[in-house]
Amino acid sequence: MDRQILLKNISVPGISSFGPYKSSGGYDSVIKALKEMTPEEIISEIKKSGIRGRGGAGFPMGLKWSFIDKKSTSPKYLVCNADESEPGTFKDRYLMEHLPHLLLEGMIIASYALGAETSYIYVRGEYKYIIGILNRAITEAYSNGFLGKNILGTNYSLDIHVHPGAGAYICGEETALLESLEGKRGNPRIKPPFPALKGLYGSPTVVNNVETLACVGPIIIMGGEAYSTIGLGRSSGTKLISACGNINRPGVYEIELGLSVEDFIYSEKYCGGISNNKKLKAVIPGGSSVPVLPSDLILKTADGKPRLITYESLAEGGFETGTMLGSGGFIVYDEDACMVRNTWNLTRFYHHESCGQCSPCREGTGWMERVLHRIETGEGRWHDLDLLVSIASKIEGNTICPLGDAAAWPVASAIRHFRKEFEFHIANPEIVKDKNHGAIEKYINVRSAV
Amino acid sequence: MSGFKVNHKQYEKEDRKVEFSSGTIQKVRQIISRYPEGRSASALIPVLHIAQEELGGYLSVDVMDYVAGLLGLLPVEVYEVATFYSQFYLEKTGTYVIEVCRTGPCSICGGEKISEFIGEKLNIAVGETTEDGLFTLKEVECLGACGYAPVMQINTEFYECLTTETAGGIIDMLRKKGEKKEGSRWTDKFF
Amino acid sequence: MIAVTIDNIQVEVEEGTTILQAARKIGGKIVPPAMCYYSKLKGTGGKCRSCLVKIARTSNTDPRPAAKLVASCSTPVQDGMVVQNITSPEVIETRKAIVEFLLINHPLDCPVCDQAGECDLQDFTYEHGLDTTRYEEDRREFNQIDIGEKIKLHMTRCILCYRCVYTADQITDKRVHAVLFRGDASEIGTYIKNVVDNDFSGNVIDVCPVGALTDRTFRFKSRVWFLNTVNAHRDCDKCSGKVTAWMFGNEIYRITGRKDQFGEVEEFICNECRFEKKDKSDWIIEGPRKIERKSVISQNHYEIKAKQSVIKPLEGKVEPLT
Repeated sequence: MDRQILLKNISVPGISSFGPYKSSGGYDSVIKALKEMTPEEIISEIKKSGIRGRGGAGFPMGLKWSFIDKKSTSPKYLVCNADESEPGTFKDRYLMEHLPHLLLEGMIIASYALGAETSYIYVRGEYKYIIGILNRAITEAYSNGFLGKNILGTNYSLDIHVHPGAGAYICGEETALLESLEGKRGNPRIKPPFPALKGLYGSPTVVNNVETLACVGPIIIMGGEAYSTIGLGRSSGTKLISACGNINRPGVYEIELGLSVEDFIYSEKYCGGISNNKKLKAVIPGGSSVPVLPSDLILKTADGKPRLITYESLAEGGFETGTMLGSGGFIVYDEDACMVRNTWNLTRFYHHESCGQCSPCREGTGWMERVLHRIETGEGRWHDLDLLVSIASKIEGNTICPLGDAAAWPVASAIRHFRKEFEFHIANPEIVKDKNHGAIEKYINVRSAV
Repeated sequence: MSGFKVNHKQYEKEDRKVEFSSGTIQKVRQIISRYPEGRSASALIPVLHIAQEELGGYLSVDVMDYVAGLLGLLPVEVYEVATFYSQFYLEKTGTYVIEVCRTGPCSICGGEKISEFIGEKLNIAVGETTEDGLFTLKEVECLGACGYAPVMQINTEFYECLTTETAGGIIDMLRKKGEKKEGSRWTDKFF
Repeated sequence: MIAVTIDNIQVEVEEGTTILQAARKIGGKIVPPAMCYYSKLKGTGGKCRSCLVKIARTSNTDPRPAAKLVASCSTPVQDGMVVQNITSPEVIETRKAIVEFLLINHPLDCPVCDQAGECDLQDFTYEHGLDTTRYEEDRREFNQIDIGEKIKLHMTRCILCYRCVYTADQITDKRVHAVLFRGDASEIGTYIKNVVDNDFSGNVIDVCPVGALTDRTFRFKSRVWFLNTVNAHRDCDKCSGKVTAWMFGNEIYRITGRKDQFGEVEEFICNECRFEKKDKSDWIIEGPRKIERKSVISQNHYEIKAKQSVIKPLEGKVEPLT
């Protein structure tokens, strides 16, 4: 359960530069793909691998590629989504900082498979130095004949450009990203049409996450079949998990899908346990948008099976007792964390980042934030909890893009699993008025019956 | 019920002459060439970054009008974009813009204390600029460095795993450096 | 032609037609409300979510229901699609929520608002909303500005439908206003001290579903339901000159475009016709114009509605169509 695919060469000195990268087997997949394979064969290998999008939605990558309108006479585009902004997620930054060529390798093959001759990497504006790293890597790839006209002497030509964002979480949504790339406000588009038919500049477009594209090279080298045997069942391959919060060893880890959550949190190889010898209270396992789970439900499913890091196991139990793998951003809370404060904090994030285009999200996120802030500062009312659940349920599913869902799930799940803690806040305004009140697990048993 | 008042933002045009250097114009041409013919609007966000770096640290009306002219856009098409993205500043900022992350993972690791500490040290509230024009303090949403929390970004640099001591040290160091920003502009270095 | 069933009524429409357009072809009570969609303006729709409907059957080839409610204004029909609007309790419930969301930052100042009586939000609330609110927090309030010489912007009332932005984009030659900023801090504005000044700028008043953009030449002059409406025309070199004149006795109080049964203008008119020609002798009066009396405009003729008037899904035909 610890095969390394993406990060296997991470400790090679100078791996972010072309020379060392090439001599450790880098770009072999491009040679194989462009010289020996047709675009259809590449798409078929990707399909066989069973790889699912690593950005959060988990959509099968091969399927996404096969939707692209090949018959269209307009140019096709591949856009790499490097607008990593999901709180708790910082794996793409790590990948681009240390292995920029792995991303380029995947993008060249993907562009070739999709028939794209221009591709863009949309990098969030905060990652300014990453833009420098990527541009350096792109220049190296041009001067070594892996980008530009007639790559490796074939008929295939490709240009890759880096495009900076400017601070908007919503641009991680693929159609908002395309709008932003066209120089507009990052308002998600109304779908249909989907980008595979009408994307960038109205042309067929595929948008893939950095980590997803980084997997393409290794899949081409080992073959889709072999890749699909890594991992567990329908969760094939490895996944970068960014771990943060109250743990001893925060950072980015490559795990084989199927590793147990308990191993991941407590093993010295990964998170190394909860910091300061405290107890585990809760985990958000897929970036801040997915439901939070209390310690017992994150370590074991409701029927007592060990919870594994796979798309299926984390989702087991639905939203009642389960959650989602999302982008693989593990946020770990220790026993001192105040769940009300944290829920308010995340809701403030979604309120701040809502684009404001559709009414449930524009108005609902702010409403939830204001109510949560009242509860957190000792001005909560008893009906507020049902109100919050109701607002969340009315935002969920009724918005243009998934930001509405992402804002609703943390609130609904926090109240579902930590209702007593919210009630404690409402019942004890004097205690929670102190900003540093921390968790109230010390006062009562927090977990409500599920 | 009392409401909270919002004033319509209405800025004055100063008719100040703003212009990129010829080297920057070259750079802008090169950026435009990354996008297909007739799609120069795509260059808007990168060019606004450059304008903010080169023309005074924030996007005044005149700067935006100038950019609109360069890219063949209506001025309002620039305003609507500039006001959408958090990293474009519409008011004058200090030489060093301190952006402390306030989102979940940083907050449970002490991010709020860092911002409070810096505010007290510089004697400014969040959103304000010091009188000497050196520092602006901002709280921002997730900077994507959650594993190294708490974090802040000052101009292009990330400062990670902060404590009040290290944060104080960084401020002192920058104050010593004063107006002289290190190295070249990030837009020159990275674009 | 393809067949689609909306609230048990089948209609044949051309491929590419949206659910809302198909419903409008049927007409009557089963037409979903639209606050941001405007058929005359390209790109509008999808934003306010008041037209959400349930797809009970996607098409003949894919008989599954859709996972979520969809915006009827921007979802094309497919052959064999079955749609539920007022026959779906889920849709009715969601619409209540949309009303609530649209109202939390709305001042509810109908008693002093010029739009009262012809306000889409008022009608929408009356038809679909609850008569109480659960919102107890502060409301956002903007100062009022004159966005044009004859146009008042009362941003507090705005529901950010973007219609006025599309109007300026598509029927004037140079747009100077936009939606600025983000999220619930978004505002309609010009950013710099500038006024919207264009021969066709007055049309933003007609497309505004609420009282955010109002005619300064008509402000506080009269309640719309006290006025008689007549079709009138004149020779105009800028526009068709076909308007609706709102009259009190022999006096013209205001001029607007002619609105169809869905509240959309038939033709956009110029500012000269709208703002300057207030004398009866400027116009050739064609005759009275029937105004769609939806709810509150029907002064003294309020229908007392039974609340929760949901029709049980798929139980026989819906009530007769008007």
